Amino acid sequence: MAVIVAVEGLRKVYKDGFEALRGVSLTIEEGEILALLGPNGAGKTTLISALCGITTPTAGRASVGGHDIVRDYRPARQMIGLVPQEIALEPFEKVINTVRFSRGLFGKGRDDALIERILRQLSLWDKRHSRIRELSGGMKRRVLIAKALCHEPRVLFLDEPTAGVDVELRRDMWQVVENLKQSGVTIILTTHYIEEAEAIADRIAVINKGEILLVENKADLMRRMGRKTLRIDLAAPVDAVPAALSDYNLERIEDGHALIYHYDTRGEGTGITRLLQALAAEGLGLRDIETRQSSLEEIFVGLVREDTA
Amino acid sequence: MNLHAIWAIYIYEMKRFFRTIMESLLSPVISTTLYFVVFGAAIGGRIEEVEGVSYGAFIVPGLIMLSVMTQAISNASFGIYFPKFIGTIFELLSAPVNFFEIVLGYVGAAATKALLIGGVILITAMFFVDLDIQHPLAMVTFLVMICVSFALFGFIIGIWAENFQQLQLIPLLVITPLVFLGGSFYSISMLPPTWQVVTLFNPVVYLISGFRWSFFGTADVAVGYSLLAVTVFLGLCMAAVWLIFRTGYRIKS
Repeated sequence: MAVIVAVEGLRKVYKDGFEALRGVSLTIEEGEILALLGPNGAGKTTLISALCGITTPTAGRASVGGHDIVRDYRPARQMIGLVPQEIALEPFEKVINTVRFSRGLFGKGRDDALIERILRQLSLWDKRHSRIRELSGGMKRRVLIAKALCHEPRVLFLDEPTAGVDVELRRDMWQVVENLKQSGVTIILTTHYIEEAEAIADRIAVINKGEILLVENKADLMRRMGRKTLRIDLAAPVDAVPAALSDYNLERIEDGHALIYHYDTRGEGTGITRLLQALAAEGLGLRDIETRQSSLEEIFVGLVREDTA
Repeated sequence: MNLHAIWAIYIYEMKRFFRTIMESLLSPVISTTLYFVVFGAAIGGRIEEVEGVSYGAFIVPGLIMLSVMTQAISNASFGIYFPKFIGTIFELLSAPVNFFEIVLGYVGAAATKALLIGGVILITAMFFVDLDIQHPLAMVTFLVMICVSFALFGFIIGIWAENFQQLQLIPLLVITPLVFLGGSFYSISMLPPTWQVVTLFNPVVYLISGFRWSFFGTADVAVGYSLLAVTVFLGLCMAAVWLIFRTGYRIKS
């Protein structure tokens, strides 16, 4: 697939000397959903702000659709839609007017049919004549999305789209993102909810302290980084882990009715065969076995902790 | 040139004005009427004539200037301060627009509003006094230049202000006194000689004098100086706005 956003050695040092981005390089392919995952203060919003023209990068380059974001800012920005983290809307304005304003601001002529389609897609059509201050928080967020989409961008930045949003609305928002992806929009979303990245992203970039720690397909990442656990349900409970099995660091749970074995798929061998043979040699009968992949959250916490250490 | 963007900003700002059309236009009409009652009837009864012009007519250019300057500043400063205050400025910064287009939209709208208000006051004044405008073209030129330059000045204040108090500070502490002491309601020749010299350091004197000249053909200072003053002020404001966007002062980190 074609590269639509290319970031090269992007740095941002604020006036107070704080280095929010320390040479970020990243390529984003057309049509994908990339989740930018990182703890608070990792540099997610700064990265988006730099790409969208809200802050000026100190060094490095970036392009959107082949247009340099500084030199060719007009065509570059015309391709970008931005949904900010904070709800920033003029409270006394009507929904439809504020959306029309955004379209004009991005250099497009009035197109009522398009705006109707976008507002319908976001379930805002019935509210088009409402003033912003009459809307609920979730509706306001939809208005922000409508404003970001009304100039038909090819790349959409969603900065923490579901921060402080209830569970139902979050699922709604994921659906909106999925629909957008279907319509061919490339989506970059920042989040500190791992659950969110896991649910909707194609690729995940982990960022911490202004540096990208890794960028990888979600599935690959989970497979590669995944620590797995094997749960062994025993036919009869044991009082203690037999001495012969001490090498396996087994965890005895549920009053000895089950044992837990941790292993790493990255290792040479998982040790499962030897473990099962050892169990049989000890005369322990098995009732059931189950394996579980560690969640993205565990991977993420591990990565960030390694980085901090 | 992103014409759609300029138009979008301009229309958006004008809509704010028309949303509160009664307050926007009624208040200058009422305050003008009050000024006529107080200055025209009460004081005018004693002064009668200034430099061959009836006192009621004499104060009209000053009254228009007073409203136009304050309205241009307050509209433009609010217009750009509000998006900063509520955070919608992000959209302007991320849009494919340059500083010139943003200024054209905001300042153009603020200047238009001030111009409309100036026109309404002029029409209101015509109900009270006979006005014979001697140099209509010069009058419109002065009015437009002053609307634009003070809207630019207001835009700068709006960018600079970090809270609502600061937004009011300059208009209240600087502009209003300068306008009142700038000969809105009197001719400089009526002052003691020392104060006549001091007054010449007030830039607003030149603006009001030039504007009054276009009405009655008489002026406190030569009309050429007035034109120079308003041109210099316009130039300074443009330079300041250019610098603001060049450096991203208080809008872009």
